[in-house]
Amino acid sequence: MSEEDDIILSELDDEELVQQMFDDLYDGLKEEIEEAVNILLERGWQPYDILTKALVGGMTIVGADFRDGILFVPEVLLAANAMKGGMFILKPLLAETGAPRVGKMVIGTVKGDIHDIGKNLVSMMMEGAGFEVVDLGINNAVEAYLEALENEKPDILGMSALLTTTMPYMKVVIDTLVEQGLRDDYIVLVGGAPLNEEFGKAIGADAYCRDAAVAVETAKDLVGRKHNQMNG
Amino acid sequence: MSLPSDSQLTDTGLDLTGATGRILLLACGALAREILALKEANAWDHMDLTCLPANLHLYPDKIPDAVREAVSKHRQEYDDIFVVYADCGTGGMLQKTCQELGVEMVEGPHCYSFFEGNEAFAKVTEEEFGTFYLTDFLTRQFDAFVWKPMGLDRHPELRDMYFGNYTKLVYQSQTHDPALLAKARDCAERLKLPFEHRHTGYGDLKTVLEKL
Repeated sequence: MSEEDDIILSELDDEELVQQMFDDLYDGLKEEIEEAVNILLERGWQPYDILTKALVGGMTIVGADFRDGILFVPEVLLAANAMKGGMFILKPLLAETGAPRVGKMVIGTVKGDIHDIGKNLVSMMMEGAGFEVVDLGINNAVEAYLEALENEKPDILGMSALLTTTMPYMKVVIDTLVEQGLRDDYIVLVGGAPLNEEFGKAIGADAYCRDAAVAVETAKDLVGRKHNQMNG
Repeated sequence: MSLPSDSQLTDTGLDLTGATGRILLLACGALAREILALKEANAWDHMDLTCLPANLHLYPDKIPDAVREAVSKHRQEYDDIFVVYADCGTGGMLQKTCQELGVEMVEGPHCYSFFEGNEAFAKVTEEEFGTFYLTDFLTRQFDAFVWKPMGLDRHPELRDMYFGNYTKLVYQSQTHDPALLAKARDCAERLKLPFEHRHTGYGDLKTVLEKL
């Protein structure tokens, strides 16, 4: 039996447990994360604090190491899966306890594209950062985006594409927003492996986000500016 | 010329050897066998071939700079250099780099598009965008390009996250090889995807190169 197996999560104090959660997230240990979330809840922690201090804190380390080339996609996916387990427990409680809401985002992969790994990571990290996220899934035509914008009235529209052949569809959506006089109502963020900043600018997006962590920071920044403008 | 192994083509590419042609084909290692087969069949002695490592595809943003470096290295020795890459996930950056360098490249999004024929592929993908493609090379190098980099050898539970939205695997064969066909079928089984075989031959690769 390894030393790791000897750790009994319930015997750790809060600080040690959060550190252990960072390690377990890093190692993609879903069951351990679920157990630790339940322990913290039993100890009276607020769901929002567990989310931000333990889960998001741990995923931030994962994100940084991914960006630095220390971790790779499989490890990030395992970590995300572990975080998802924790989020599943916390989500209904967050709604009940009135956790602060930073803003709202509608997100989806564009028409003709079925890839959703990046989009799902962004959705999860945005939720972790206090955004309400309405995820439209994959293969979204412009009509689906427009309908969701109309119904949900979000601050942000997020679009994702993995293929060179599908990424131009983002421009179709943005051009339609312009035509209908809706473009300035939303912050438009785009992302996906073949995209770059130049492409984001060329199609008229507010920002290109190279990964989930950048998407969260950009979203917070732009929503903050938008609210300041409205209040100013 | 003797061809390096597929794993060499994946990791290190193909060095230029026995240079005698006027035109240099600067290609992806994944196309080395196909290009050499076409060269031999058509006696295209005016072309030489050098290949970058095929595994650059795992980091497509590195392809434009690698092409730029290779073009600079060889440009004095040739009348012309032709880049045998499609966009390959560079989001238009390779096209931009080639324009800056004044060299031509293959049209289309990926090799599996020009093998099928770009026009036909564009039509097919409007309906079949849930398809995962394998070529001869990708079938031979399935473990190096798909299984291991995606971590499926260590974490088979990730299969659904990667391939849950895919509806089938299409093997586009360039050659008639029963062993490769069987391997492609096995790849589809490992990914738990329905299998389809389409023999494309060399598609647009041949028509593009024969114009040079």
